[in-house]
Amino acid sequence: MDLLKASFSDIAEAVTSKAISAKEVSSFFLKRAQSLNPRINAITSFNDHALAEAEKIDEKIAKKESVGPLAGVPFGIKEMFCTKGLKTTAASKMLANFVPPYDATAVERLKNAGAIVLGKLNQDEFAMGSSNENSLHGVVRNPWDVTCVPGGSSGGSAAAQASRLMAGTLGTDTGGSIRQPAHFCGVVGVKPTYGRVSRFGIIAYASSLDQAGPIVSSVKDAALSLEVISGFDKNDGTTSQKAVPAWSKQLNENVKGLKVGLLKQCMSGALNADVQKAVDNSLDILKKSGAEIVEVSVPLIEYAVPVYYLIAASEASSNLARYDGVKYGYRAEFKNLSAIPLEDFYGETRGQGFGAEVKRRIMLGTYCLSSGYYDAYYTKAGQVRRLMVQQYQEAFKSCDVILSPVTTSTAFKIGERISDPLAMYLNDIFTTSTNLAGLPGMSVPFSLSAEGLPIGIQLTANHFDEQRMLNVGLALENASSVRGKNPNVF
Amino acid sequence: MIDKKTIENVAKLARLKISESEAQEFSQQLAKALEHFAKISQINTEGVEALVTPTEIEAYWREDVVEQNYSAEEMTANAPEKSGHLFKVPPVV
Repeated sequence: MDLLKASFSDIAEAVTSKAISAKEVSSFFLKRAQSLNPRINAITSFNDHALAEAEKIDEKIAKKESVGPLAGVPFGIKEMFCTKGLKTTAASKMLANFVPPYDATAVERLKNAGAIVLGKLNQDEFAMGSSNENSLHGVVRNPWDVTCVPGGSSGGSAAAQASRLMAGTLGTDTGGSIRQPAHFCGVVGVKPTYGRVSRFGIIAYASSLDQAGPIVSSVKDAALSLEVISGFDKNDGTTSQKAVPAWSKQLNENVKGLKVGLLKQCMSGALNADVQKAVDNSLDILKKSGAEIVEVSVPLIEYAVPVYYLIAASEASSNLARYDGVKYGYRAEFKNLSAIPLEDFYGETRGQGFGAEVKRRIMLGTYCLSSGYYDAYYTKAGQVRRLMVQQYQEAFKSCDVILSPVTTSTAFKIGERISDPLAMYLNDIFTTSTNLAGLPGMSVPFSLSAEGLPIGIQLTANHFDEQRMLNVGLALENASSVRGKNPNVF
Repeated sequence: MIDKKTIENVAKLARLKISESEAQEFSQQLAKALEHFAKISQINTEGVEALVTPTEIEAYWREDVVEQNYSAEEMTANAPEKSGHLFKVPPVV
């Protein structure tokens, strides 16, 4: 079996039928990851117990015990997820030595399904960034062109998946952090409906926007892994109690009669010519397959970036208040002092422990939540957010899924946008509104630019309607010109 | 415009010690971001209730039963400094 092309179910079937052992699969990916990672810096640490855990799966199979649909499938986990006994840094000096005593629910569910956690993956510090240049562990490189960024904040996950250092990866998406790096690296990234996946054990950035999801090599793998991690969790009161459909079994590329919405707002901006061409071609393909293309409008998308950053920064400033240097995490050194003011204790610790982008967002969020500005910024953003959800609901009355670009361009050069945070923020124009409205969204690789960089197509569906989104994703994947092509690092 | 005094006050509220150069940098960047963000003030939101959670949450109550999921060792394992099972901090005023 070619493990570089094998799907999750191929691996699980081979492992379960003893055609290959789980240990052999994990050894293969470990060796590959160890040899290729220095070129892209996607992996931050390896799980020393991975092979022993894989052996346990083999033992279970030998004893004819049930092992789950991801038996022996090696996974890489973004640093935002707590992993029991494995360092979880959120790519921050603040948590540089943090080893959680528990697994995030999503990770626990992967393990229960038989997956092996092979290592942890690089990201932007506390998931704040669109390029994976703000990390304690250094910049991640795009495997298609190592002078380019992989996107952020789940850049490590997307780069590791694109170069197949892992069979599958997990990412988190607060404003596009799964979809944008998936687009830049030519892999499939799915952000499910808000509430589908438990946030328990995921280091909190912006609680009303964060969702976890898979970054993987195919729509089929995305459907299966999403199925495994989704569902109600008593540890997260915002998870939905709705049943999780068997998305992977119901995948169907037939789009005949489906109405695909083209967002008017997404087509009026300045799109890179190759991205525009990819969007046009994807629409042609769906049309030829029997889908109806309808124009829809969500006018408030124009304001998605400011609303997103106001809400995300405000929630971040509140969530990150827990890093006080007392119970866990970084603490500044205080030597030879008889007593220090409490505010200095916190201030020094936080000032030294957080990186520049995190501090910038905490400052912005604290300002927006401060007395006199709260209503003008946070409340106002929440009101606009409600109106935006209503506009989306209206749009979904005339279409089944919405098609749009993921970002305006392909992966940009490392360092190109780092000095202008606002320009970087505006990069998120097509992804942030999905999180604000809590809708499921995905990026499917569709073509390559003239420079040979991947271009993804973004699909967005109504709340809890992942199936239709995945189906359209499958149709695009089957027609994709990037399918079967490998990045340069291979 | 965000002046130096405002930046100092926000940093104090955020319990974040920032350097002179950071204060200068954040002051310019925050001003630029807020100027951009101010355009949402043009949207008519009269009578609209602010949205906090984007999907409907079904209420869930667990039994009010005390559980011990972790040992004291596990809970203090990541402490920057500890004494036995207690978190140790420098003397503060």
